[in-house]
Amino acid sequence: MEFFVVSVIKALVVAAILMTTLAYLQWVERKVIAHIQARLGPSRVGPHGLLQPLADVIKLFTKEDLLPPYVNKFFYLLAPFLAVTMALLSISVIPFGSQVTIFGHTTWMQLADLNVGVLFVLAVSSLGVYGIALAGWSSNNKYSLLGGLRSSAQLISYELPLSLAVAAPLLLANTLSLREIVEAQGGFYFGFLPRWHLFQGPMPQIVSFIIFMIAAFAETNRIPFDLPEAETELVAGFHTEYSSMKFAAFFMAEYANMVTAASMTTTLFLGGWQPLFPVSLGSNFVAPALFAFVGAICLYHGLHPARRMDRYTLPVFALVFFLIAAAMLIPAVVSIFMPVFWFAAKTGFLLFVWIWIRGTLPRFRYDQLMSFAWKFLFPAAVLNLLATGLMVALFS
Amino acid sequence: MDVILFLAFAAIAVVCAINVVVQTHPIASALSLIGVMGSLAVLYLLLGAEFIAMAQVIVYAGAIMVLFIFVIMLLNAGAESKSGRSLAVQLVGIPGFFALLSLLAYSILRLFPNARNVHFGGFTKGTARDIGQALFTRYLLPFEVTSVLILIAIIGAIVLARKEMD
Repeated sequence: MEFFVVSVIKALVVAAILMTTLAYLQWVERKVIAHIQARLGPSRVGPHGLLQPLADVIKLFTKEDLLPPYVNKFFYLLAPFLAVTMALLSISVIPFGSQVTIFGHTTWMQLADLNVGVLFVLAVSSLGVYGIALAGWSSNNKYSLLGGLRSSAQLISYELPLSLAVAAPLLLANTLSLREIVEAQGGFYFGFLPRWHLFQGPMPQIVSFIIFMIAAFAETNRIPFDLPEAETELVAGFHTEYSSMKFAAFFMAEYANMVTAASMTTTLFLGGWQPLFPVSLGSNFVAPALFAFVGAICLYHGLHPARRMDRYTLPVFALVFFLIAAAMLIPAVVSIFMPVFWFAAKTGFLLFVWIWIRGTLPRFRYDQLMSFAWKFLFPAAVLNLLATGLMVALFS
Repeated sequence: MDVILFLAFAAIAVVCAINVVVQTHPIASALSLIGVMGSLAVLYLLLGAEFIAMAQVIVYAGAIMVLFIFVIMLLNAGAESKSGRSLAVQLVGIPGFFALLSLLAYSILRLFPNARNVHFGGFTKGTARDIGQALFTRYLLPFEVTSVLILIAIIGAIVLARKEMD
């Protein structure tokens, strides 16, 4: 009984945090892209456009829900549901932090620790293709169909290098459970270099990490691999015929896939919730220092005479950041939230890289995309796996 | 709990399997087949073979069926019309089905006379480690021969495709 209650509470907390992250990830993306292009981005709804996600949700809910007359109705309605379910499912096996004790209950900061966790994520992500393929086919529209076909071909092709890139760190960790993979990356070389799989001997997984990142970009349909929705060629690709909440479901699935891919990269290569450097060198003070620094920047800009618009909002933000920084110094909070902070920091940085690349790189041509996957990425992943296997067999 | 889950997913598997045959549209049939594979994976999971369950989803539901759907979409196959059943099918169909079913049940009972009821959770040798060890020690030869067979099939497919291109 206690297990059920704890699981339901954990599931609700994770769902609430995930939904908020998805909504605000879009705000962050629009802001970052805007600043890359020397614009301001959303700034009308709430201070600094912070209520923009809320406004978007209201807009999508109240928009007219169109159902084109010539679509295959059952599959047309099933597709967005499939896409969003498969996208949200895999977050359930990601470990966010270590063991915690709250009100006498000891529990792990993870919804389910499967002993085939890695395979579960791969399986669920491979089922996510159906949402996109069915959406493209059932819309009965040539642009949608082309988008769906491109997407299924791309996802099948890039799944191979992705899986091979995942296999190499598994050889080092010697387990398929995501919690044990993170635990295998604890500790430090020479007292400061973390034993993450990215740096771990006998074969640092740098090549594997790069291959995984590239394949993950393709799997999440993001620039430079967003051929399925290339607007210059295909209007909007597989979701051309979708409107209001059904469109929002695809949108949410795309961002949820990004979050999953970033958390998987963190877990497999960047040590999950393990800190960047040892506690003895003061890694517990990184979080308060970071929040205090952000607070100081907010305060400086809020008090600057040239920024009269932000005279009230920015000092309030500064106060919030200072309070978080102070809370991060309390020992009870440190023991619970410091692993979560490290996990969130690494995942957040990777998500920033995702957005950064969207603001930087142009789109591939379709044949380049395919030959890159099959003629370069796949052989590179095989070679890396062979080299890792050889090194592990020789030195451990 | 295990029995309820088993009954639910066994029922889903059977209904989906019937649906594969009954549906007229190829995409609907293919999706029903995915339903069968998914519920089979859950049944493997109930029996304690978690690695096989995940491999079932990744390989069959996630890779092979995606290829099926891809080809159906590419050829843009439409719904097939139901043809009228011939006299022979109407007369022999259902008795033949039951005869085949009883023959299968009889031969399984003859092959495994000491079979007992399945005990859920009684089997614990289904982890990836156990399967890997079995594949690379006891069943090494069949495993390698199968991989060579698949390699030959791939090369054959490429040779045939190249001949068409020239």
